[in-house]
Amino acid sequence: MTAKTLFEKVWEAHVVAPESTDTPAVLYIDLHLVHEVTSPQAFSELRERGLKLRRPDRTLATLDHSTPTLPADASGERPYANAEAKAQVAQLETNCREFGVDLHGWDSADRGIVHVIGPELGATQPGMTIVCGDSHTSTHGAFGALSFGIGTTEVGHVMATQCLLQRKPKTLAIHVDGKLPSGVGAKDLILHIIGEIGVDGGTGYVIEYRGNAIEALSMEERMTVCNMSIEAGARAGLIAPDDTTFAWLKGRPRLPQGAAWEAAVANWRSLRTDAGATYDREVHIDASKVRPTVTYGTHPGMAIAMDKPVPAARNAVEKRALDYMKAEAGKPMQGTPVDVVFVGSCTNSRLSDLREAAHVLRGRRVADGVRMLVVPGSEAVRRDAENEGLHHVFTAAGAEWRVPGCSMCIAMNGDLAQPGQLVVSTSNRNFEGRQGKGARTVLASPATAAASAVAGRIADPREYMTEVAA
Amino acid sequence: MRPVTRLHSRTAVLADENIDTDRIIPARFLTTTERAGLGKLCFNDWRYQTDGSDNPAFPLNQPKAKGCSILVAGRNFGCGSSREHAPWALLDYGIHAVLCSEIADIFRNNALKNGLLAIVLDEAEHRWLLANPGIELTIDVREQVIALPDGGHIRFQLEPFARHCLLNGVDQLGYLQQHNDAITAYEQRVEIAA
Repeated sequence: MTAKTLFEKVWEAHVVAPESTDTPAVLYIDLHLVHEVTSPQAFSELRERGLKLRRPDRTLATLDHSTPTLPADASGERPYANAEAKAQVAQLETNCREFGVDLHGWDSADRGIVHVIGPELGATQPGMTIVCGDSHTSTHGAFGALSFGIGTTEVGHVMATQCLLQRKPKTLAIHVDGKLPSGVGAKDLILHIIGEIGVDGGTGYVIEYRGNAIEALSMEERMTVCNMSIEAGARAGLIAPDDTTFAWLKGRPRLPQGAAWEAAVANWRSLRTDAGATYDREVHIDASKVRPTVTYGTHPGMAIAMDKPVPAARNAVEKRALDYMKAEAGKPMQGTPVDVVFVGSCTNSRLSDLREAAHVLRGRRVADGVRMLVVPGSEAVRRDAENEGLHHVFTAAGAEWRVPGCSMCIAMNGDLAQPGQLVVSTSNRNFEGRQGKGARTVLASPATAAASAVAGRIADPREYMTEVAA
Repeated sequence: MRPVTRLHSRTAVLADENIDTDRIIPARFLTTTERAGLGKLCFNDWRYQTDGSDNPAFPLNQPKAKGCSILVAGRNFGCGSSREHAPWALLDYGIHAVLCSEIADIFRNNALKNGLLAIVLDEAEHRWLLANPGIELTIDVREQVIALPDGGHIRFQLEPFARHCLLNGVDQLGYLQQHNDAITAYEQRVEIAA
């Protein structure tokens, strides 16, 4: 038998009709995640064509992008950014009722960012194909599921047929070996990787992250890594499932129980790249060299260790990026004054991320003049964090503790920064205007974000790892 | 989708590399539930000044760029978010082709499904087009060739199925539905095994 990569195994198990020179493969989709922003036009298409949604049982919807993160008022009214946002949410509620889709909406104890709740519910499982009208669907690759973002036309295709027309992508192995230094985490690692391979280094590829540094990561850290695959241009990032994966998933609501669980795990253990299988391209990263890493420009490939000098612009576009950021070539990002700190998003809003930020903040205060928002990824994360008292740590430090949602990562719900403000953000994109027109984004880990909030300047979290008495 | 066989236009150039879909249409405009009418928001934060007037520094606001439906853009156009609002906005704004040495995967898929010609060229040809804005090109989808004003031409590759759909106005959802029996058979095989 030919040796196969993890990607090839998952791909081949989902081919309904193989690809030919003239036609792409028809690929079966196990799980379709839906949210309010990229689905309304697809539901309209179904309606216009008189079609049903083929597999409501393989479709899971939630509200996250346009939703306010401040609570409803006494009358139950939620503070939407505008009437259109409110109407968009209402439209998804109507669409889900009409087409029989399970919506984790406002009244659900499980609502949250689509890429946070999929795994939490156990809807995300190893070996699956998962799509969503959202480029950060790559997150679910942490479980060994082939997961990628699609456009709204394709959302309609999956709703109607549970399939997509796809050309087989190329494979890129990113081997990460060695030990991450103390105080350096998964976010630093993925920013470092994107800085190395470039913002388009993964275009046309599915990435498989492998090596002992990847195996040592927790599931939440693996999700952070896979989440940002798209920031290097790769539609999907995969990590082979292992005991860490199975332990994290066990007992979650949508997973099989008892003997069926054991059978599933036995099956999932085969989801590994065979010895001798080849990739189209391979890259090696030394984990021991990674330091607290931040971005200095206007795309995630412009990333560097915070204590290293910002490189000189090589062309007009890079110069424009440095000018926009008010970053100075030759000077490190560390020490740059901060206006806003955001902890949240599908990259870093899980319980371990909040613990990491709280660890730095406990007994300390957010610096005067700095605004800090902490937005949990889901209602489950919020409950767990509140049970541990993390919300008290945040509010005592002077940060705002919000209702789950995408919030300031995409800044379409009213949570945004003002022109010129510098945001240290645990999200995934530092594009011009991403967090508000004229706002400047520096991507960072939760620990770096919290340390920067305390210092009022971009700060090395390792200087804040010792807890002070609360 | 209407068939797209040929496109004739002068070129406009946006030379910046890595123009992301947030720049093509900022996220705050994604609260719409429609596809139509997004052209006025295309490149919003680059194209308009704070008072709402046209930003003269935005290349597509210059008189010579008016009416151009072929955009030559810097490398890695359309990176970032999967929003199909980006090709919808470009088409409504009047851009019917993007020529580039590299185009982000999701954007390219979305564009071609809407009849926006997302065409990848080799680097030398791309450099030449970036350096020569305003020239008249004719893109021939059937022959996969771009005719230059001096009689020269540039060859390009399109994924064969995308090309077939463009030329014949194929409804891809309709094509997928023709596989209904195979899809049902797949579901039965996999779900019984599980």
